[in-house]
Amino acid sequence: MSQFILHKENTRGQANHGWLNAHHSFSFANYYNPERIHFGVLRVLNDDSIEGGMGFGAHPHDNMEIITIPLEGAIAHKDSMGNSAVIKSGEIQVMSAGTGISHSEFNANANEQLNLLQIWLFPNKKNVTPRYDQMALDVEARHNNFQQILSPNADDAGVWIHQDAWFSLGKFDEGFETGYKIKKSGNGVYAFVINGEATINGQTLGKRDAIGIWDTESINFKAGSADTEVLLMDVPMELS
Amino acid sequence: MKLTILYIGRDAEITMVMQRLLNARNEWMGLTACADDEAIAICKKQHLDLVLLGNGIDQKSENYLREQLIALSPGLKIIQHYGGGSGLLYGEIMTTINGKD
Repeated sequence: MSQFILHKENTRGQANHGWLNAHHSFSFANYYNPERIHFGVLRVLNDDSIEGGMGFGAHPHDNMEIITIPLEGAIAHKDSMGNSAVIKSGEIQVMSAGTGISHSEFNANANEQLNLLQIWLFPNKKNVTPRYDQMALDVEARHNNFQQILSPNADDAGVWIHQDAWFSLGKFDEGFETGYKIKKSGNGVYAFVINGEATINGQTLGKRDAIGIWDTESINFKAGSADTEVLLMDVPMELS
Repeated sequence: MKLTILYIGRDAEITMVMQRLLNARNEWMGLTACADDEAIAICKKQHLDLVLLGNGIDQKSENYLREQLIALSPGLKIIQHYGGGSGLLYGEIMTTINGKD
């Protein structure tokens, strides 16, 4: 029988540093909640608003799959592998940190707010060679559709990572209904409402609410308002 | 009382960052090592509360370290640190110390 956990937006950890206003769905930095450590291999879901020109100076990562999705604005990325890029709203970036990588992330615009989601997954293989990728997505393809934006497979739609996880983004008209079939046995789905309102498996969620559902093969979805936007993260529930 | 935490990782730059982060909190004392024998030597000289295994440690090294360190200090907690420095560090340490791991 399916199980679920509801994470309302106002139950997230918050850290407001002035230039950075961060909301943490799971324990991160100084936010520690033993009941909010991870959902399967999904370990970090940070919803960050960063002032113009500000950001994070060079800092290291290792052994995490790091996915960045700008929602508004653009982020300037530089890393120790020599990659230097700007990732805009409508695009997605991944880093497999593996044996170790150092990078900086700054709001690419001096006068505009940057809002992004940064998501970390435990990898299915440790100490891989670090890698970087980014991709522009066809935003029209997610209208009334869960568009796949990430998978474990390099030759599948979207970017790929070292984990049996699939991410999908959708933007829906009010009243639109659909289902989502979980891609792999043993996976659960963490659905994050970026905007609008949605009913997922009978639970009503508002902006920035989330629901994690597992022990099921599929979930059902109905958009509750115009321009409802939802990110689905289909992830292994067991840490390998 | 301060927790004495040893971080073991192969990347010198990340190890320096970890040294700084572990010693930034009053309640922690951080030590670091890049090589297995260095880590074992520290464990022989110094009581440790927790060991963090970091980047670049392959399974063979991990097995060896666990065997050697536990033999020196039965009951020593050894966990994987998933790099991100301060991002995950506090949660990993608190979860382990509170016995929720």
